[in-house]
Amino acid sequence: MSVEALSRPLPDGAAAGTLAPVSKAAFKRATTETTATKAVLIGIALLFLALVLVLPLVAVFVEAFRKGAGEFLFALNEPDTLAAIRLTLLVAAIAVPCNLIFGVAAAWAIAKFEFKGKAFLTTLIDLPFSVSPVISGLVYVLLFGAGIVLGPWLKSHGIEILFAVPGIVLATIFVTFPFVARELIPLMQDQGTGDEEAAISLGASGWQAFWYVTLPNIKWGLLYGVLLCNARAMGEFGAVSVVSGHIRGLTNTMPLHVEILYNEYNFVAAFAVSTLLAALALVTLVLKSVLEFRYGDEIAATAKH
Amino acid sequence: MSIAAATPARLQFRKPSVIPGFGLTLGFTVLYLTLIVLIPLAGVVWRTTELGWADFWAIATDDRTVSALKVSFGTALLAAAVNVVFGVLVAWVLVRYRFPGRRILDAAVDLPFALPTAVAGIALAAIYAPNGWVGQFLAPLGIKVAFTPLGIVVALIFIGLPFVVRTVQPVMEEIDKEVEEVAATLGANRLQTVARVILPGLAPAVLTGFALAFARAVGEYGSVIFIAGNIPYVSEIAPLLIVIRLEEFHYAGATAIAAIMLVISFAMLFVINLIQAWSRRRYGYVG
Amino acid sequence: MILNRRSLFLSALIAGSVQFGALGFAFADTTLLNVSYDPTRELYREYNAAFAAHWQKETGETVTIQTSHGGSGKQARAVIDGLDADVVTLALESDINAIVQNGGKINKDWRTKFEHNSSPYTSTIVFLVRKGNPKGIQDWGDLVKDGVEVITPNPKTSGGARWNYLAAWAWANKEYGGDEAKVKEYIGELFRHVPVLDTGARGSTTTFAQRQLGDVLLAWENEAFLVGKEFGEDQFDVVVPPQSILAEPPVAVVDANVDAKGSRKVAEAYLQYLYSEEGQQLAAKHFYRPSKPELVPAAELERFPKINLVTIDDPQFGGWAKAQPYHFGDGGVFDQIYKPASSN
Repeated sequence: MSVEALSRPLPDGAAAGTLAPVSKAAFKRATTETTATKAVLIGIALLFLALVLVLPLVAVFVEAFRKGAGEFLFALNEPDTLAAIRLTLLVAAIAVPCNLIFGVAAAWAIAKFEFKGKAFLTTLIDLPFSVSPVISGLVYVLLFGAGIVLGPWLKSHGIEILFAVPGIVLATIFVTFPFVARELIPLMQDQGTGDEEAAISLGASGWQAFWYVTLPNIKWGLLYGVLLCNARAMGEFGAVSVVSGHIRGLTNTMPLHVEILYNEYNFVAAFAVSTLLAALALVTLVLKSVLEFRYGDEIAATAKH
Repeated sequence: MSIAAATPARLQFRKPSVIPGFGLTLGFTVLYLTLIVLIPLAGVVWRTTELGWADFWAIATDDRTVSALKVSFGTALLAAAVNVVFGVLVAWVLVRYRFPGRRILDAAVDLPFALPTAVAGIALAAIYAPNGWVGQFLAPLGIKVAFTPLGIVVALIFIGLPFVVRTVQPVMEEIDKEVEEVAATLGANRLQTVARVILPGLAPAVLTGFALAFARAVGEYGSVIFIAGNIPYVSEIAPLLIVIRLEEFHYAGATAIAAIMLVISFAMLFVINLIQAWSRRRYGYVG
Repeated sequence: MILNRRSLFLSALIAGSVQFGALGFAFADTTLLNVSYDPTRELYREYNAAFAAHWQKETGETVTIQTSHGGSGKQARAVIDGLDADVVTLALESDINAIVQNGGKINKDWRTKFEHNSSPYTSTIVFLVRKGNPKGIQDWGDLVKDGVEVITPNPKTSGGARWNYLAAWAWANKEYGGDEAKVKEYIGELFRHVPVLDTGARGSTTTFAQRQLGDVLLAWENEAFLVGKEFGEDQFDVVVPPQSILAEPPVAVVDANVDAKGSRKVAEAYLQYLYSEEGQQLAAKHFYRPSKPELVPAAELERFPKINLVTIDDPQFGGWAKAQPYHFGDGGVFDQIYKPASSN
């Protein structure tokens, strides 16, 4: 904190370090803003959020219902759209549990133990977060594509990775890899190891300590991590676009289907599918708010990423 | 399963602890990490080494590559800077003030995390195109947003905002009111308190938020291609150049650019972790 | 212990999904995958149904046809990297040649397998302008007039855009009597009038028609007519320049894939049927110029205006094998255009 701020001459002329009497009003002025300032700041924040966040969301819904609810429902009831929804659900159903297990294991190892190279490991876990989605897709093309032995070998054994469901699942796992771990690591670090040590010294097994002591402490953070991971898994575009063959009704996920519909000048349908994804985003946010409202203090510390 | 049996050998490697599961969890973490992240990424590095240093250097210093990287990093930097200013402001408003709709606003901040980037891109293009919702009012003023580098910045502000807000917010919540009161007692006015007492304490968190927003923005593709003009040397971002190189069957070119971006993102992340380690020591919290 | 069991369960899940992917193709003997480029969506949606009905009648077998659309180059790359296409119907000969050269999934002699160099339909490049043609755009020279904004996709990523580029080149070549420096200057000027380079033909059309950007869209003839249908006839006019290029989108069977799947017979029949009366009429209906106009009623052909069409085999281009690397290769003529003058 700023020592200099305190050591320089103060406005009322009192010497530094001397507790000069400060009027009540002046004190209030110095610990909080005036109502006008507050209103202006809130106004700016609201305007900014409205322009940047709310407007795009509203645009999606307005465009989807431009030609009425009938057209909207018709667009969603199309077989290729339904296939895209099914595929997206399938991909998320595989990718999210994988990353959930990984996230819990990684958080346990990193938060409960001190070992060499921990900072490095944490950085590696964050890596997919800052890797361009295009590169995330590219790595699998390079690995399983035609230019390297692995792809053709797997193919000759009847295993399709690229341009099939496994490739999409892999790319999705890669992109959503850090979500649960990032949510849990700071939370479990804050909670320390005391509770688990106590449980174990009282004769609990490691598994029991996790199940009865750790899990109740982290469940909301865990849930929120899973929600975000799920939303991202269903919404990933860049990486999946590179590894999917864009075959209608077969390897098209919802975000890819949005692009296809958009390219067919079928804007209502494109935005209709988008509303499903946006609705998913909204549900995620509402659930998170409900959790925070009910268990505010417990998960306050988890609200960072 | 005897987890404990695995531990003695690691005694020097890690501090002893009574908590079991180290071998299992770390083993699984490293295995999963290796399979999903490291081996595929190693593929990029390996493909790049096939190129040879001279070829790699030629691609890396090619005008087109350099300008695409400049566009990516420049717009990401600008967007992250905007997000720092408004992100801190939004966090401040959310933490300090009580007003109707605050909870909704708080939840809305996470929207870019959850909204698919392609959807965001299409929606932003619909808003900021010259005939769009907002664009039609800007066009007569001579301000073009969509299909210019400014459009890229708008998209990147959108996807980066929650990173700043969500890293700054929890730290702000934990600022001790007493510190401000002490400053006030000593006669500092509000501006002085904010500028000299509160903001310096937030610096590591703001820095982390900035770095995260920046790192995410540099690689963004889905939302940007719908709103950028994609003109080479002007509004062509590096991920698009990777896609273009791939479509020219120029794998070496694609992987070389990918490798450069990978190295930079890794460096960025390492810096973030250093900031966090430093702030943990200095301020006792993780930004 | 339980953790372990869970990861076992998960690996089983992953393995299962791998199997699932494999099975999808094990049953594929009556499923065809047609990997095509952007503007053919409407044509093949209708043609697929027509062919399936025809095949059912002919052989009693049911065939399901799946299609994948995207930029022509991207689609070719997907096939090279293992997308299990039975047939490719792309925008450019050079994209199919790329499949031939990278991994050899298509045999070298593919162009001789079907009539008309394996191009069942052709097209050309025309201008789409705003209603009433306010900027008075009639010919290629008008595109570089002051204040004219031209919309075209990126020739690097879009097959259609390469035809746009070559058509412009052919006009300039004639205009300047083969003076290549002047031709390049014109091409450079043309692309300086382009405010947005989308990655595909469809992206450009959206930019022009939906976002209302630009004064003229360089488009496939079929795409230009389709836009009128989709966005309303009262918004746009099609301007046919006196000279353009003969675009021959080729088709080919992906030999390696059909042999592995045993689907050669139906794949070949699928492409062959494009040359039938029904196939040619469908092509004409979707604004592609039929390669066998004699199979199409004369009334259906009236919508195709007479234009002087230059082919890619014209000496100024020397065929795709020469034109592709010269114009669109890494560091080729197109790459030179955008180089800032200072770095030259």
